[in-house]
Order: sequence, then C-alpha cells, then structure tokens
Amino acid sequence: MSNTIKTLAVAGAVAAALAAHTTAAQAAGQEKCYGVSLAGENDCAAGPGTTCAGTSKVDYQGNAFKLVDAGTCMTMELPAGKDGMMRHGSMEALDRDLPMEG
Amino acid sequence: MTSQSIFRAALLDASVAVPAGLTDGAGRPAPKRFAVYRNNVAVSLTEALEAGFPAIARLLGADNFSIISGTYLRAHPPTSPLMMLYGADFPTFLAGVEPLAHLGYLPDVARLEYALRGAYHAADATPIDPATLPNQTHLPLAPATQLVRSDWPIFSIRARALSDDAPQPPVRPETVLITRPGFDPQAQIISPATADFITALLANTALDSAIDIALRTDADFDLTAALTMLLAQNAIISLTTEVPT
Amino acid sequence: MIPLPCAPGVGYKPQHYSDILANPVPVEWLEIHAENYMGAGGRPLAQLRHLSERFAISVHGVGLSIGGEAPLDTDHLSRLRHLCDWIAPASFSEHLAWSSHDSAFLNDLLPLPYTAATLTRICDHIDQVQTTLNRQMLLENPSSYLAFAASTYDEPDFLTEVARRTGCGLLLDVNNVFVSATNLGYDPRDYIDAFALAQVGEIHLGGHDEDEDDHGAPLLIDSHGAAIVDPVWALLDYTLARSGPRPTLIEWDTDVPDWPTLAAEATRAAFALAYARDVPAMCLPGAAE
Repeated sequence: MSNTIKTLAVAGAVAAALAAHTTAAQAAGQEKCYGVSLAGENDCAAGPGTTCAGTSKVDYQGNAFKLVDAGTCMTMELPAGKDGMMRHGSMEALDRDLPMEG
Repeated sequence: MTSQSIFRAALLDASVAVPAGLTDGAGRPAPKRFAVYRNNVAVSLTEALEAGFPAIARLLGADNFSIISGTYLRAHPPTSPLMMLYGADFPTFLAGVEPLAHLGYLPDVARLEYALRGAYHAADATPIDPATLPNQTHLPLAPATQLVRSDWPIFSIRARALSDDAPQPPVRPETVLITRPGFDPQAQIISPATADFITALLANTALDSAIDIALRTDADFDLTAALTMLLAQNAIISLTTEVPT
Repeated sequence: MIPLPCAPGVGYKPQHYSDILANPVPVEWLEIHAENYMGAGGRPLAQLRHLSERFAISVHGVGLSIGGEAPLDTDHLSRLRHLCDWIAPASFSEHLAWSSHDSAFLNDLLPLPYTAATLTRICDHIDQVQTTLNRQMLLENPSSYLAFAASTYDEPDFLTEVARRTGCGLLLDVNNVFVSATNLGYDPRDYIDAFALAQVGEIHLGGHDEDEDDHGAPLLIDSHGAAIVDPVWALLDYTLARSGPRPTLIEWDTDVPDWPTLAAEATRAAFALAYARDVPAMCLPGAAE
C-alpha cells in the first residue's frame, strides 16, 4: 500500500484503539490498593523470598535418585511438538536413574 | 583451600567428608550437626525453586521435583543473595536432563514462569496518556512487558498444571505476552504477527516499521486490536513523566 | 524517620498486609528482609512505601555475608545503601554469619570460628558497612548447631569486642541464645549475663523445632515456624529485667500463621515489655520508649 494510505490506516487504527480504550477503561477496575484483597493470593508471582531460619524438614539427598510416576504430566494429553504427534505425557520414561553424582 | 571453601564443598555434596574441627558442645564429633546446615541449604533452595516454578513442580510431582531441584541447586547454587532472581538458568538445565527429554515443553513452561516472576519485580512505569497516542512515532513498552515464544502450548500447559479446572492443552504452539497493568502480571496468548509487532516495539523500532514487520508475518495483522490490548494492559508507557522511585 | 519504639514488632509477611493496616495492635513496627525489597518495582516496593508511612521499619539483611572470608559484595552493599536511603529505616541489622563463598550464595546463615582472625575480618566488614550506609548497624547473634574447636572466644565476648571496636550495636535473638545453649550445653542465662546488654538495640524472638544429634542429645533447629516456647519467654523476662525495655520482634517465617495468632505473640511480648518498664531503659540513641 502507498505511504499515504498506510498513514491513514495507522491513524484510523490508533483512533479506533483509543475509542475502544476509553470504553474499556472505566469497566476494567484496576486493582488500586497496594495489596491484596485476600491473603496474599496475588503474590504467587513473587517467587522465592529470603529466610534467616533453618529447617527441620529433611532433604533425602542420596536416597532416592529414581524419578517416579507422579505429577500432572501423568494425566495431561500433550502434543509432541514439531513432529505433530499427540503423545500421552506419561512419565514412564522417567523410571530410571538420573545421571547425577552423589 | 580456605575453611569456607571446605565448608561450602561439603555443604553441597554429602559424599564429601564433614569438615574437621567441628564438634558438639562437649568436644565430640557430631556429623549430624553439620547435616543441619546441609539440610538448610538443600531444603531452602528446593523450596525457593518450588515457589518460583510452581507449574513445573506440579507437572513433575513433589518427589520428582525434589530430585531434579536437588541436582540443580547443587550444580547451580544461587549467585546472588536476591532469591527473587534464583533459577534463571533452571529452564536450560531442565532441557539438559535426559530423563525429561520426552517432556519437551518443560523448559519453555519454566521460561514462562521465570518471565512472570521478572514482570512481578520489574520497574514501575507510567502508562501513556492515550490522547497523545496519535502523535507517537515510537511506542515504548513497560519494563514488565515480556514475550515467551514456544513450539508448545505453554500457556495452556501452565494453566492446566496450576488448576484442575483448566482444559486439556490443545495441540498448537503458543506465544505468550506478559504484561503488568498494575501489580499482578497477566499472561495471554497472542498471534505470531502481534508477537512480531511487540518484539519490534521492544527493540525500539519505529511504529510504522513495527507495523510493516507484523504485516509481513500476517497480511491480516489487526493493528487496532493490538493497540487496544496494549493500552488496556497499561503496557504503552510515557517516557516523559518521572517514574516514582 | 520514625525511631524503633521499645514495643513489639513483627517480621512483615505480605499475606498480613491488609490485617496490619486494619488492626495492627499491639504491633508498632515492622521488620523486612532487605533482599526481598531489592527488585526494581512492583508490589513489594509499593507495599513497603505505604507501610513505612505508618510504621517504623527495621531493615534486616540476610545476604551480606559479613562473616565471609572474601571481601564484601560491593554491589550488594550499594543495593543496601539505596534501600536505606530510600526508606530511611529506624534500624539496619545483619548477622554474625556467612552465606556467600566463591560466587555461591548458600541461602543459610553459616557458622564462624570465634578467633582473632575472624574478629578482625568481621570488624573490617562492619566498618565498611557503617561507612557505606553512613549509619550504625546492629549485629545479631546466630543459632549454633555446632562448635569450632578453633574458637578462642566465647560468643558474648566476641560480640562485645566487635561492638567495642566498631561502635556497632547488637541484636540479641533470645531464641537463638536458647537454641545455641541447648545445642552446645550451657546455661542460656550465663550467656545473657555475659552479653553487652547496653549495646542491644533490638531483641528477636521466634519458634524452633526439636531434633536429636548423633549422641541422642537435643538438637534444636531455629525454624521460625512455630509459637515461641515458654522457656524462651522466660529468658526474655530474664533479659528485659537486666536490659530494660527494648524493641522486641516476633519472627515467624515458615508455616506463617494468620494475623491474630501472630498478634497474640506480639501481645505476649507487650506484657513482657510492660513488666520490665520499671527497669532503667538503656535504649540506644535512635530508639524511643
């Protein structure tokens, strides 16, 4: 398309977006408060925080190096991707030793 | 080796002997006491990874996740005291775990989770005054804005992992846009043309060139829809207003 | 800047944000972990900004590795300075411990032998911190799970000497004293008696878990994941009877309870502080009764 037509098209699209935005903006109801409506539920995106505490939960390093059938992978039908084949997300191939030291 | 080098090596590898010269209060050797520190490091970092990658944790299940994270944390302990940054190379690590090779989507789902975290902690920005939009030659985007492209349905897989109510993922590649209209990151699937448009904007490409790029990807690229969405997400920002500290 | 009051505070958890604003009593101040507020923006900084308008804030670092053999991380020190310049906290504190070595941050407070070499290194690092931040810092006693055969100082003497040489204040974690005393087999009251109480700018209290060592001896873990036990409350009373009222913090970092449960712990601390009100207060400059 010619530059003029394109400029007009862009201007039209911008104007239309603006019109849509003004209508939508009132309805959106942005969260205003610094926090949180309910107990930290919005904070799951925060990721790990720090601690200065120890733990008495035990890490069983060295005891269990076999992956087991568990987790959502078990029940999720997933595509294999580039080969386009559907494949059940089974963990069966995990039932073997991981290549790790320890 | 310095004493802290010895200590560090033994903390991260239970097959390394407990450092010499550590005792209980009565001067007796007590290796279980050193194990408290080993345990603190391993458990706290495993929990950090679980907090940072909840979908991966659900997908693998608790036992598998603790094995995978235990291997990762020992090979890649944090390099910064900012735990919010921990796990940047976890996706790459997952891609190299041979027993997970048939779950090809895991690294990209992990990338999506890390990007969401990055958006949560990204700098604040002032949204553009929409009235000035027609005058803009460039559209700067908020620092929280991120794109995660994948050959896998990563948005749908993550949703399914975190909620049993979410549908089974469809067979398709998904490109996910992350924005932060307020304090909560939002993820949504966008079209390849919109992704190319936003990639161009993120690279500070002029608006008309960004449109050309998107149109080359898809002649039916809907500029109005893309701009409306970006405005609604407060993703287009003003560079002229002072950003609050 | 609001000074830290000789009143109860709590370690701030984002899930308590709304409750704290709605009903803080008896909590008068909040402590945050510095490293959680070093992101570029977003909710954490917005919450902190808002809370700091209403409460005195204590910034508690967990990642500086003051006891590290390597030089302090100057990038991290700069981040701390930026945070302290921005929020102007009533107090800044860190730990007698190390956590980083050889480019790894190990996310735990690791122990130190109390030797002349350690003393020199710690004092150099604290001088650097206090110079960079342009303020006095407080140094906290750790929870100990083991002892170093190489140590030549008792911990209270070591901390007294650090405070004397550097002018830093001390943060006395009474639960840590109880945990360390149990684990290493001494009387926690002897520790308090030997401690430089005049230098104490803040007291910490928290819960711990119980385990056993190789010989069947009790091994307490400083988990911050439970209610404070009666013997630790008794040790707080013993301490306050000698120090006078101090800003006193409840730390509950894992299995974090609802706000009423945490506030109830703070209320118990408020009673302990009230009971000690006739003891001549020795609050540090900057702390107010």
